[in-house]
Amino acid sequence: MIYLKLFLTFFEIGAVSFGGGYAMISLIGEKCISNGWLTEEELLNIIAVSESTPGPIAVNAATFVGATQANVAGSLVATVGVVLPSFIIILLISALFRKLLKYNVVSAFLKGVRPSVVALIISTAATMFLSQVLNVNSGFVTDVRSAILLTLIIIIGLLYKRIFKTSASPITMIILSGILGVVFW
Amino acid sequence: MSKIKTVANLFFTMMKIGLFTFGGGYAMIALLESEFVANKKWINKDEFLDMTAISESTPGPIAINCATYLGYKKAGFLGALSATVGVCIPSFIIIYIISLFFETFLKVELISNAFKGIQVCVIYLIARAGLKMFKSISKTPFNIIAFSAVTLSILICFFLSINFSTVFYIIISGLSGVVVYFVESIRGINK
Repeated sequence: MIYLKLFLTFFEIGAVSFGGGYAMISLIGEKCISNGWLTEEELLNIIAVSESTPGPIAVNAATFVGATQANVAGSLVATVGVVLPSFIIILLISALFRKLLKYNVVSAFLKGVRPSVVALIISTAATMFLSQVLNVNSGFVTDVRSAILLTLIIIIGLLYKRIFKTSASPITMIILSGILGVVFW
Repeated sequence: MSKIKTVANLFFTMMKIGLFTFGGGYAMIALLESEFVANKKWINKDEFLDMTAISESTPGPIAINCATYLGYKKAGFLGALSATVGVCIPSFIIIYIISLFFETFLKVELISNAFKGIQVCVIYLIARAGLKMFKSISKTPFNIIAFSAVTLSILICFFLSINFSTVFYIIISGLSGVVVYFVESIRGINK
């Protein structure tokens, strides 16, 4: 049953996604693509939309995938699924906070997870690059326009930081790249 | 303030915050700080930092974790529930509506071209976030080894089209952290 599948899949995503938004993307992508709910391109689109709309990416992805697979009920079920694990865990932690911190094992576990999360995030960007820009899995024909655009975006990002001292906000970059997309294609 | 009033207040405040948090979790933390610490004075700076630390270390979106924690602190289970639901509702509605039109939305050539550009940008944004995090973790041997091992493994699986779930990486590296901890404490005792 699709509702159960949506709930369980997103529950699992919600339960193991340490490190927030971008770390979840790799798991969301993996699950949604293997279930046939999203293509790689749709994954990138939903990430993009999610950056421009309010709300955490995981919740947005759940809502979107649930909606496209099984309408309102589907999106509700997926969203509840992705939120539930952390809801329960935080409740438990809030109630037991002081006591839990005494368990060094807990913080040792979390410390161990940290480098892995960073690796996941960077690898996600790397594999997306390899499959979308270099088209590694479909004949290694580089999408030249995407490659140039990417270089351009990186340069703009670096210049912005030089000039304004802070990183450009995701929204600014997205709007900019949207305009560039229209120009390039 | 009566309990019902507090819960309702939480609900509407979180809904407002949920509506204006563009760009992800960290943006929400800034909003939460100004609303709950500076404005309503419901929690002080130290507790706020605790909450941020917990939210970062536990699974789930940071935004949701913060909402749940604050709600619980303020008004127990009901508070946690209303805060969490409140923060999710705006984005739920917006994304649901967008999903209904997305196919048609993308058929407009201008828009689908814009999205081609945006897709590239997303790769950049993710890489940027990852590199930022990379700079912030300490370069202990464990971290370097874990990071390299996971990255290498993921890339190999990608090229060989093997499907090895992300969940395993998290669990294995967490457990390795625990093992290292035990080894270090045994060593510590021997000194």
